[in-house]
Amino acid sequence: MSISSRTQTDIDRAAGEAAPVVPKAGSMFGFSRTQAIAFAIMVLLVVLCPWVLYPVFLMKVLCFALFACAFNLLIGYVGLLSFGHAAFFGMGSYITAWTVKHWGLSAEVAIILGGLTGAALGLVLGWLAIRRQGLYFAMITLALAQMVYFFCLQAPFTGGEDGIQQVPRSSLFGLLPLDRDMAIYWLVAFVFLAGFLFIHRVVHSPFGQVLKAIRENEPRATSLGYRTDDYKLIAFTLSCTLAGIAGGTKALVFGIATLTDVHYSMSGEVVLMTLLGGLGTIFGPVVGALVVTAMENYLAQFGAWVTVTQGAIFILCVLFFRKGIVGTVGGWFRLEL
Amino acid sequence: MFTILGIPGPLLFGQLLLGLINGAFYAMLSLGLAVIFGMLNIINFAHGALFMMGAFVSWMLLEYVGIGYFPALILAPLIVGIFGLVLERTIVSRLYKLDHIYGLLLTFGLALVIEGLFRNGYGSSGMPYRIPAALQGATDLGFMFMPNYRGWVVLAAVVVCFLTWLIIEKTSLGATLRAATENAPMVQAFGVNVPRMISLTYAGGVALAAFAGVLAAPIYSVNPNMGSSFINTVFAVVVIGGMGSILGSILTGFGLGIVEGLTKVFYPQASATVVFLVMVIVLLARPRGLFGKAV
Repeated sequence: MSISSRTQTDIDRAAGEAAPVVPKAGSMFGFSRTQAIAFAIMVLLVVLCPWVLYPVFLMKVLCFALFACAFNLLIGYVGLLSFGHAAFFGMGSYITAWTVKHWGLSAEVAIILGGLTGAALGLVLGWLAIRRQGLYFAMITLALAQMVYFFCLQAPFTGGEDGIQQVPRSSLFGLLPLDRDMAIYWLVAFVFLAGFLFIHRVVHSPFGQVLKAIRENEPRATSLGYRTDDYKLIAFTLSCTLAGIAGGTKALVFGIATLTDVHYSMSGEVVLMTLLGGLGTIFGPVVGALVVTAMENYLAQFGAWVTVTQGAIFILCVLFFRKGIVGTVGGWFRLEL
Repeated sequence: MFTILGIPGPLLFGQLLLGLINGAFYAMLSLGLAVIFGMLNIINFAHGALFMMGAFVSWMLLEYVGIGYFPALILAPLIVGIFGLVLERTIVSRLYKLDHIYGLLLTFGLALVIEGLFRNGYGSSGMPYRIPAALQGATDLGFMFMPNYRGWVVLAAVVVCFLTWLIIEKTSLGATLRAATENAPMVQAFGVNVPRMISLTYAGGVALAAFAGVLAAPIYSVNPNMGSSFINTVFAVVVIGGMGSILGSILTGFGLGIVEGLTKVFYPQASATVVFLVMVIVLLARPRGLFGKAV
């Protein structure tokens, strides 16, 4: 009871303070001017960085950034906390790896198959999970993902503890070989940017407005005649599709798909990236993915200290830094990033 | 040797007992989660880590101080309970005004920190904890041999669960607690120190997890991951039972343990997933959980 009434006053107060930002019709792909500039900077960085930084590291960041953006679509815009996103990421990665290795599919088909796997799994698990709300939703997604984990542990095609190893990088359209790091980098960069723009477009569509209405006040959205469960399920499935694509891409880059990708600590990691970058911000998940991946790279030699640091960041973010990096920086300049 | 449904009796009862033991841990952990959730509206993701701490503290007491199993059964929950009290006062209490998901995220972070620190200190391989002399050996029950320690675990868990139920449902303290769960400001208006009550509830739930940890120490090896392997299943148990009822948590915990044990006999491949399958069925048939209140 107290929750809904509190949310209600929040909304009313917010409505009183500032009129909602409505992007002008025909504005740049739903971007405001600042966002368009920020996006241009991001594209520039994606293009220039591989000449300065190690491309494999960058590709890892881009895969996780897409994964985090997909996760943010749910938590940031629908208010659904999924604690089982590793299931979709990991299954996408398994299917892409398997089809490339055993059927010799070309890269783009395998990645699409990874995405479709995420979609199918997301449709089924989402259909089950949206029966409950709030914390229960989080626990159900966690439990369902754990089921997927045990399935992957036992199913013969995943290779159990070994995973699927030595996956070739295949080629694009069966023509362009992707073995060189810089060759596959452009594919990864394209997948990331396309996914990023797709999510942005979804969020700024009429469909996305309904999603935000559900986040703010689900009973009200229902009373306005929206079938909120359908909206939630579609958003969930979209998010899982992109998670599957991200997983498949990562499997191609590293030539390996293992249980780590389906383990629940991976679900925790994507939550951490999004939280650190800024829940419900457009660029937050990307920044979060960059910071968390970089941190893991540098701390990898210190063993379990990675876990401790991650946990500490979780705690500090929740206590003092709930807007995340992008949300906070944006707040200083009164910008919506 | 006798058989039931083509299964040798000792095998069946052996697995049933194992299931019952797992069920005992599910019951104690989900009970603690339910009590904490009722009062704080927080899903305590750190519950598994605190369960692991209970086992570790009892191991440390034996290793460094020479305090044996039975005193540890009281001391370890007390120590971990005090740790929980400090956590609640310093960190968790800052969340009550925030959205519930922050509680989940924060306690998840706490779990990572606690488990990571223990992994740094003691590695992941695990340490053995000897069964106390008084509980070694086995008893012939006629239809099976029961290791004494396992019987003791089930007995202790049942007693502790019953006591918790008794305190919450049948004492005036429990009545105040339940009232504060329903309407905290009203209870506070009657002069009850609700914040202190909340702290003690958290400490109590944590102590329950630690008690389960001490019981688990001789069965599983004492290792930093023992909690996280349990806690995911316990979340499924909580979804199945619904957190509305104390007795419901206990019954669901034991029941699912038995279901798991039976699955190990009849279809071992599914034993790891059966609890989750039951959760799916419950979600389809009765989304609010077996004992859950209507939302």
